[in-house]
Amino acid sequence: MRFRRLLGMALAGLLAAGPALADKKSDTLRWTSRQTISSADPYFNEFREAILIIGQMVWDTLIYRDPQTQEYKPLLASSYTWKDNVTLDFDLRRDVKFHDGKPFDADDVVYTVNYVANPENKINIQSNVNWMKSAEKLDQFKVRLNLKAPFPAALEYLAGPVAILPNGFFDQAGPSHLNVKLNGTGPYRFTKWEPGKAGEFEVNKDYMANSPKGRPGIGKVQFRIIPDVSVQMAELLSGGVDWIWQVPNDQAQKLATMPNVKVVPSETMRVSFLMFDVKGRAGQHPFTDLRVRKAVSHGIDREGIVKNLIGAGSRVVHSACFPSQFGCTEDVARYAFDPAKAKALLAEAGYPNGFEIEMYGYRERRWIEAIIGNLANIGIKAKLTYLQYPALRDKVHGGEVKFTDMSWGSYSINDVSAFVNAWFTFLPDDLARDPEVKEWLEKASALVDGAERKTLYDKALKRVAEQAYVLPLYTNPVIYAYTNEVDFTAWADENPRFYLAKWK
Amino acid sequence: MLLFAARRLMLAVLVALTVSVICFFLLHLSGDLAQALAGSSSSASDVEAVRKAYGLDRPIIVQYLGWASRVLTGDLGQSYFFKEPVAKLIAERLPVTMVLGVCALVFAVALALPLGVVAALRPNSWIDRTALTISVLGQALPSFWFALMLIIVFGLTLRWLPISGSGTWQHLVLPSIALGYYATPAIMRLTRAGMIEVLASDYIRTARAKGLRAPSVLFKHALRNAVIPVVALAAVQFGFMLGGSIVIETVFALHGIGYLAWESIARADFPIVQAIVLILASVYVVLTFLADILNAFLDPRLRVG
Repeated sequence: MRFRRLLGMALAGLLAAGPALADKKSDTLRWTSRQTISSADPYFNEFREAILIIGQMVWDTLIYRDPQTQEYKPLLASSYTWKDNVTLDFDLRRDVKFHDGKPFDADDVVYTVNYVANPENKINIQSNVNWMKSAEKLDQFKVRLNLKAPFPAALEYLAGPVAILPNGFFDQAGPSHLNVKLNGTGPYRFTKWEPGKAGEFEVNKDYMANSPKGRPGIGKVQFRIIPDVSVQMAELLSGGVDWIWQVPNDQAQKLATMPNVKVVPSETMRVSFLMFDVKGRAGQHPFTDLRVRKAVSHGIDREGIVKNLIGAGSRVVHSACFPSQFGCTEDVARYAFDPAKAKALLAEAGYPNGFEIEMYGYRERRWIEAIIGNLANIGIKAKLTYLQYPALRDKVHGGEVKFTDMSWGSYSINDVSAFVNAWFTFLPDDLARDPEVKEWLEKASALVDGAERKTLYDKALKRVAEQAYVLPLYTNPVIYAYTNEVDFTAWADENPRFYLAKWK
Repeated sequence: MLLFAARRLMLAVLVALTVSVICFFLLHLSGDLAQALAGSSSSASDVEAVRKAYGLDRPIIVQYLGWASRVLTGDLGQSYFFKEPVAKLIAERLPVTMVLGVCALVFAVALALPLGVVAALRPNSWIDRTALTISVLGQALPSFWFALMLIIVFGLTLRWLPISGSGTWQHLVLPSIALGYYATPAIMRLTRAGMIEVLASDYIRTARAKGLRAPSVLFKHALRNAVIPVVALAAVQFGFMLGGSIVIETVFALHGIGYLAWESIARADFPIVQAIVLILASVYVVLTFLADILNAFLDPRLRVG
């Protein structure tokens, strides 16, 4: 009898324990991600979720880039002027308050810049800040930013990862930097943060008027870490969360058949490419011959791979950059899919029967396997070694790689320097080592004049394509899935802006 | 008995030591830790600076001895990623794993004991075969797959239970079943074998002859004796569960040490991985040691040799 009563109680408990349903009613958007984010501040961090998503929900930047028009607008600044190539002056808004009520002024900007730009403070992504030298206060609402050297992409960084923190933010942080009071000026404020687990945010009711970010359309946002993509999908379908991303393509197709769920593939700035050991650092092999590199370029059916395998949110690119990046040009030598021409080029280079080669890769195995299939058709037998990225990078840097599939996301910086400087200026990843290309790119990096920079990038990208130093393949999509009650827009910079989302 | 215990203890210590050595060397072979720590956008000089700062430029034997001597003083080191003491991180998360392990063990015993008893009552009958099938499935199914099936059925279709996360007791139900089911075959088979043996013994026949009711014979006389080795086995299974919770915690987004191990492996956060392997190995070794001693205490034949 006692056992029966217990069983009854247990069942009643189970039935009462059903998960909460989709949360338009409670005005709460619940999103999830796979990465374990232990710290919520935007600097002692390496995760896009913290640096960009939470970073721009809770904090503001001096400048805002309108994701629709790509136009730069003042945000915490009211205006800005270039004094010279390395000096940028800002007038600051006077109507901004931090979430704790303290008014915002020049001291906050000076503190943030001088703290994060100081290499001794060791913030995680140095390339986001190491172009800044210092900031000085000109008056309470006037700040001067000094650059180490001319840096044309400055505005792009100031509109992205350089969030402005309150003065003294890290004073109580401790060595783990976890002990900070999460206080910003942004459209949302923290109501709860559990490191490595979850976070909760609510609208900042005192958010500045006329912000180019606008006023958020959703009252509360909740974030939770779920490491397994299948579980994320189950949560989305059962109404446990409202928004997930980075859904694999095959899973996305199944999700798309579900009612109430919207699946949106969106292009990102990440570009896949094939890289050749042009200088033969890894020993004798056919890719030092331009004709062989051209043969490979003609031998790969990039359109076919995009159409049949990668799907929506991807397109073929012909130049070593992402098309929207400043200075990127697609007006370069193109290699149409033409296996007969590829075979002829191989024969001309002395390989009528093709050859065997070791190939490396670290992402999207299925796409790489399609490339290997294409290569086999023109007689090149590529044997794939699939590695984790750090291991592959070690091999590239050590001069052990003859041929590899590669990709680059430019850290979402909409300027071509974020791409080409990483691959063609004799850094350890540069396998082409063309001194002229290096010279053009370095010269362009130091110029602020847009037209001159464009001319130099044009020259460099044309050379890269003519010499087939790399074969640009296609852009990589990211797939979002969310309840169709939410009105959300995905952008190519892989920065989901929840402050622009609203309920339908 | 003392000699036996001393021998077993030495063996246990040796096992724990071997595990720590193998784990240390395997982790160092898995890639360049300094490169992983410095991040993908780092220059060669950054990597070298990290290598020096973390002492990764010293010979690996020296690194191991340094680590081992600190561990003996109770210092498990500092996490590279969280930049906090490993002991603190583990202490924060161990309760989740322990509670999950206990719940899973309770589930395993609650399922396996009745199945074992029922199977023993009619050996080789269809009931026996069915009970065996149910329990063996637990070991045959990959736990991540079984966990996803539970999620689909109870979380998605029936919507009885939450799918992931923690906070309420309901959150523990599915992970406990997924983890505990794996341990049922061993417990079930041992119960079955023990019960068959005990039920054939003289004192059970005597009890029946005295006219005692069947349930009384079964539970008061037979099961009590048959269950003794099961207790020892359950202790060992508990060790298994702490290790096995890596997959289950990851699937159900429970923030225990299994999940901590998984994320630390992905991030090459070597001090945490090393400490968790050592702790899990030690727990397992201690439980096995205790089980050995208990068995030897119960069965003097085991003390020889």
